[in-house]
Amino acid sequence: MIELVSSDRCIGCRLCVKVCPTHVFEMAGKLPVIARQEDCQTCFMCEAYCPADALYVSPLGDIQVSVDEQELIASGLLGSWRAEIGWTPGVEASMAERDTTPFFEVFTETHRKL
Amino acid sequence: MPQHIRQQPIKQNTTADVLVLGGGPAGAWAAWNAARNGARVILADKGYLGTSGATAPGGTTLLVIPPVAELREQAVTARLRAGGYLSENAWIHRVLDQVERNLELVEQWGYPFRKDETGRPLRTHLHGPEYMKLMRRVVRKAGVKIWDQSPALELLHDRHGVGGARGVNRLTGEAWEVRANAVVIATGGCAFLSKGLGCNVLTGEGLLMAAEAGAELSGMEFSRQYAPSFAGGTVTRGRMLAWATLYDGAGRPLLRGDRIFGSIPELLSKGPVYASLDLADTPEKREFLRRAHPIFFMPLERAGIDPFQGKFPLTLRYEGTMRGTGGLRLTGADCSTSVPGLYAAGDAASREKVTGAISGGGAYNASWAICSGSWAGEGAAHFALSSARTADSRGLTAAGRYGLQAGSDQPHAFEAKPLITAVQREVLPLEINYFRSESGVGGALERLDALLPELGGVIPPTVQGIVQSREAAALLMAGRWIYTAALFRKETRGLAHLAEYPQLDPRQTHRIILSGTARVNIRTESVPHARELRVPEEGRAII
Repeated sequence: MIELVSSDRCIGCRLCVKVCPTHVFEMAGKLPVIARQEDCQTCFMCEAYCPADALYVSPLGDIQVSVDEQELIASGLLGSWRAEIGWTPGVEASMAERDTTPFFEVFTETHRKL
Repeated sequence: MPQHIRQQPIKQNTTADVLVLGGGPAGAWAAWNAARNGARVILADKGYLGTSGATAPGGTTLLVIPPVAELREQAVTARLRAGGYLSENAWIHRVLDQVERNLELVEQWGYPFRKDETGRPLRTHLHGPEYMKLMRRVVRKAGVKIWDQSPALELLHDRHGVGGARGVNRLTGEAWEVRANAVVIATGGCAFLSKGLGCNVLTGEGLLMAAEAGAELSGMEFSRQYAPSFAGGTVTRGRMLAWATLYDGAGRPLLRGDRIFGSIPELLSKGPVYASLDLADTPEKREFLRRAHPIFFMPLERAGIDPFQGKFPLTLRYEGTMRGTGGLRLTGADCSTSVPGLYAAGDAASREKVTGAISGGGAYNASWAICSGSWAGEGAAHFALSSARTADSRGLTAAGRYGLQAGSDQPHAFEAKPLITAVQREVLPLEINYFRSESGVGGALERLDALLPELGGVIPPTVQGIVQSREAAALLMAGRWIYTAALFRKETRGLAHLAEYPQLDPRQTHRIILSGTARVNIRTESVPHARELRVPEEGRAII
């Protein structure tokens, strides 16, 4: 679930409030806060849309964990999902352009050894 | 922060020709087609067109079969048999024709489909974030007004049928009302807040508001569908397990390359099950899989798990009617329902016409969303534009009752979260809903029925209170519909199963149609291909 709104990085654009499908964020003054963490469905969409790479969604959907912003930055995780989708300005190719799914059945048939 | 809203008059009050409820693929296609057919369209979504629903965060594999008569006949015949003879060949052919045309549009609009070695585009899979961002742009460009964060709460109707809806804007707290002669329900299936990827917006209010206006439901018993996810995670892309070995708690291999996952509930009932994608034994194979479904791998990597070398524990998340088949009963080729002016598309509609009794999971449902959305949008536009009365001249009243202020007749406060937990306790457990038996399901249905008086409580006057009360009411009703239909079908067919009736019964080759809310009425409906089910051996083969 959503664990971090980086006040260092956040530019207060409200996009996370607008795009979250389960209405987790609220504005508190100029910055958003995680108002209803228990309603987060761990879909990673807020992260994908955040233009400042200020959000981090932990992969664990059922439990809260504490995260360290500096560690997330050091490990390259803050903003990594947006970059992988291809929405970070300057990334070379998008996830859709790299997609191998259309070849999945043939590949599995050919290369999987049971 | 809580905003008190019900005391206020309706702030956003407007008219349109077509109102589309839901902003996943089905809603987007419905809105685009309605606009293209000349209608003034408003699309209202609980969340945001672009992120909402089961498709956006992940992606969808599409049912596409080249227009070669023999290939298509084979697919249709195979589906008819696998789906317990409840599908309709003509509808599958329609889907195959329509989806091809729509995917050409998706490519023209800029989706970068991969190509084969001859340069022919392979339009068989869409990554959700890119697909739904594109659909938002196209829908907006077509002139549709998109209302995000604007859950509908109830329909408006009069004796001529449906005429719009009321809802609330979650960001401003303002109540809204749209009068429209045609409404498309594209609110998705009902997944009971089980936290499958993107599925927590799918809480069944669309089914409830349609049922309150008199619409029928079909196929609710075909809902015994759970998807594997890594324990604690939310991503339910079971396809990758084709490359997995499953292990028990002692590290003994149980299964390799299982494509069906049907045995995971049984395995999990004996103890923990772990998966490792160890069949991908070279860097090239791993890279191939990583690129096919990044959404499967990213959460595992974030959790510090190497899915190719390490083992990760599996759990199952209930997918309800989302990857099941049941939903609003369609009465016409234009995806109309039994209520004039009311249309249904995507997972909110019954998909039995194309999937029969088995799951539409993956390909079928994705193509269905595109096609049914298109047909419903076009049908709704034609209906609205040929209506004799304008929507704002009709004497419309609100049709909603349960989990709404209008239905409050008890002194106690409506407490949504405990009610949701109580419903989940009956619907989510494998031992009740997967390993179905008359006694298990019957007991759960009795306990759900006993919760009905809770719906009469006083709704908290906050945005969250109003939206969650309605969600809770919808979950309760959906659970009761599922179990009512499950007990009525005394056989095993596709996703319907009762332990006491382990065989398919050819005499029950019909659909089960429900109507009503607190009191549920049941009838059966004949299907066109029932007589083709002759050989009992075939029946046993599909269990």
